[in-house]
Amino acid sequence: MITEHVMTDEHNHGTHDTPGSWNGAAEPFKASYGKLMMWYFLLSDAFTFAGFLISYGALRLSMPSWPLPDFVFSTLPGGITHAPLIFVTIMTFVLILSSVTMVRAVQEGHRGNQSGVVKWMFFTILGGLIFLGCQAWEWTTLIKGESMTVWTNPFGRHIEDGVYLEGDGHDIKAGQTFTVGAPYLIHYHDGHYNQLKYKNAAGEVKEQAFGPKAFGALFFFITGFHGFHVFSGVIFLLIIMLNAMTGLYQNRGNHYEMVEKIGLYWHFVDLVWVFVFLVFYLL
Amino acid sequence: MAALTHLEEEKLIKEQGYNDHFYDHHHGDKHQMGFITKYIFCQDHKIIAKQFLITGIIWAIIGAGMSVIFRLQLGFPEADMAWLRPLLGKWIVVNDDGIGSLDPNFYYALVTMHGTIIVFFVLTAGLSGTFSNLLIPLQIGARDMASGFLNMLSYWFFFLSSVVMLASLVLSTGPFSGGWTAYPPLSALPQASQGSGTGMTLWLISLTFFVVSVLLGGVNYITTILNLRTKGMTMWRMPLTIWAFLITAIIGLLSFPVLVAGFFLLMFDRGMGTSFYLSEIFIGGQALDNVGGSPVLFQHLFWFLGHPEVYIIILPAMGLVSEILSVHSRKPIFGYKAMVFSMLAIAFLSFIVWAHHMFMAGVNPFISNFFVLFTLIIAVPSAVKVFNWIATLYGGNVRFNSASLFAIGFVSMFISGGLTGIFLGNSTIDIQQHDTYFVVAHFHIVMGIAAFFGMFAGIYNWFPKMYGRFMNETLGQIHFWGTLVGAYLIFGPMHYIGLAGVPRRYFRFDSFETFKQFDALNQFITVCAIIVFALQILFVVNFFYSIWKGKKVTSKNPWESNTLEWTTPIKPGHGNWEGNIPSVNRWAYDYGKDGVDFIPQIKPLAEGEQHSELHQ
Repeated sequence: MITEHVMTDEHNHGTHDTPGSWNGAAEPFKASYGKLMMWYFLLSDAFTFAGFLISYGALRLSMPSWPLPDFVFSTLPGGITHAPLIFVTIMTFVLILSSVTMVRAVQEGHRGNQSGVVKWMFFTILGGLIFLGCQAWEWTTLIKGESMTVWTNPFGRHIEDGVYLEGDGHDIKAGQTFTVGAPYLIHYHDGHYNQLKYKNAAGEVKEQAFGPKAFGALFFFITGFHGFHVFSGVIFLLIIMLNAMTGLYQNRGNHYEMVEKIGLYWHFVDLVWVFVFLVFYLL
Repeated sequence: MAALTHLEEEKLIKEQGYNDHFYDHHHGDKHQMGFITKYIFCQDHKIIAKQFLITGIIWAIIGAGMSVIFRLQLGFPEADMAWLRPLLGKWIVVNDDGIGSLDPNFYYALVTMHGTIIVFFVLTAGLSGTFSNLLIPLQIGARDMASGFLNMLSYWFFFLSSVVMLASLVLSTGPFSGGWTAYPPLSALPQASQGSGTGMTLWLISLTFFVVSVLLGGVNYITTILNLRTKGMTMWRMPLTIWAFLITAIIGLLSFPVLVAGFFLLMFDRGMGTSFYLSEIFIGGQALDNVGGSPVLFQHLFWFLGHPEVYIIILPAMGLVSEILSVHSRKPIFGYKAMVFSMLAIAFLSFIVWAHHMFMAGVNPFISNFFVLFTLIIAVPSAVKVFNWIATLYGGNVRFNSASLFAIGFVSMFISGGLTGIFLGNSTIDIQQHDTYFVVAHFHIVMGIAAFFGMFAGIYNWFPKMYGRFMNETLGQIHFWGTLVGAYLIFGPMHYIGLAGVPRRYFRFDSFETFKQFDALNQFITVCAIIVFALQILFVVNFFYSIWKGKKVTSKNPWESNTLEWTTPIKPGHGNWEGNIPSVNRWAYDYGKDGVDFIPQIKPLAEGEQHSELHQ
């Protein structure tokens, strides 16, 4: 209901008077325009990521098979293999931990504690950098070690039962049997991919087929786009931490709102990772 | 009770408005004193609005000029076009007899660019960019946008985007030529056509900048409307223009990012050889090794923006028209809340109808049913708005001037074009009608001409606020009647030839036995298009002439309007109001209330007076 507006003096605007009236420029969601803008930007960015992830879903569902994440992502530094999803779990944990430190930085900002803000922002930046480092290692492993590119995907899965006629010198030995859905990696030696021959139940001799091309392209593209968000987040965090160190926000006296804004962004980037993690590593 | 005199008005603002201490911080406007900060890298919303408008006008001349050239080709394919060589150079091929004809590749480039330019640069940036910037702060009672800096960036990203697109027009291989929807594989494979190489690369870069511009603008518009309304300006007291800009900005914010997602995947297909949109393609007998992609995926991503985009174009026009019709018929807008709710309904529905552009692209017919249903439901809120506009005019004391005539013309176009939309929204009828001139006629009337009419109405109505002068009324009325009749004469016959099956995007029809019979009609359309184009040049002349030589505005409120922009000085400076910001005591549509012609929003309720908005 709209009621008769009660006139208040000029210093009073921003406080509540009769219900339904509006006193002008009073931050309807108890959020400043800067924070609102960050929210709207994140909303639009969420739609960008949604566009990518839906494209991922559409392409994946149109394929007869899709690489097995437990098999693809099973390497650890130091030559350890057969450790499904351990590395990405550590990465994800670090990123989520950096959200926790971000929360602490914002909290210290509300308390007006300059050194606390700087300390916890530093840990957040550290978390972001570790995540980026992990991602760099993971990409390197896939590109250098396993020869996955945006054009060729050596990770496949069998679509029929059969028995290998030759081995690859790693995991697969001649004579070994496999069933539908068994994952494999086509190794790359001396300039070409070595597709192993096998015999299916009908007695036909075939060779391992490449996995769907879209897998590699989507993986590099979507995790890369997310990584770019983390990277720009680290840059912004760094700038804001340096500003906080100079006492800029202390002087503004607005409870380190800049830290809160970059915090929103950082949590968003973490949240998006949860979805990226879900579709690439878990499903 | 009577309308306010100027003295009363100033007294009201002084006594009841609030002092935001704006001038304590902006002594003598020192930040906007130099030529560069005042006119070029300006952060004042009014100047930015003019920048958007004038850039939009330049693009409109280029975009419409292109349509005249390809209409000449369609109407008179045998005619000598050698006289266009100074302008088009090698795109006019002159044979041994000295007869010049249009290069077919360039014909496609012209059609593509005409669509891109008009849809994005003119009717999105030129319309929404201009009026959102001009009217949001003025009508809600704010000093400026929430962030003047981002607002400035919004224009300069649009400018950058314009420069890149303009550069693509003068490439030796020509601009992109695969249609404004940029479907792969034509857009994904540089070797697919002449324009698919550098032309397409520049097209993608340009539109990516454009999206940045839209997002920066949109974030600003939403925040400003929600956060910076003056005292008393509740949401339900906002003029419908502001509601329209708010909803438009929200739609843009949610749909353009998806287009960007689609563009990025397209860039990778083009630049890195991925196969997101490509599968099983042969060029020159050679199979490409792209497999597994889906061209229909791009169509989904594109139309998830593409359909909301038509509402991004038409909603601001609807807002302008609602305001103008109310002011010039001296009556409150009929069904204010119904107008708002129907805009919200249109906005919501616009996100779940995109596949009606793809009925013939291989979409599952069962899925099509869903999209048909929601597409046809859009007719309901649209009809509510049309009835409300007509009811606003009904019994009104209508002033027929250029602004109100164009607003009425908008309603006419929206009805005519809307009705043919009901045909095309049916997936079964679409089997016959898709990709014919029926489609061309439909969307040109309902979102092209209609949106232009809304824009013209807005320009004629707010020109006094922008430049402190009026546009020439006689030229304005010639412009209106000529354009109204001309537009129907151009697009009316297109419905007919479309129903007869004439396909769009053909280079010439005279060599087809079936389509030959429409040669005379095509010539007629072309002649009308040339005349209508000439009338738009008349408008541009009127516009620029009036900036310097038009009749001066002598009173603050020449249209006797209720909204806040008319309480500012005739030529408002930075900060809009000289002293306090006015406070608002009523909605924007108290026209003819209790026998008073108009009661501005700043006027407090009289003793015993009821709020009009309570009865809406």
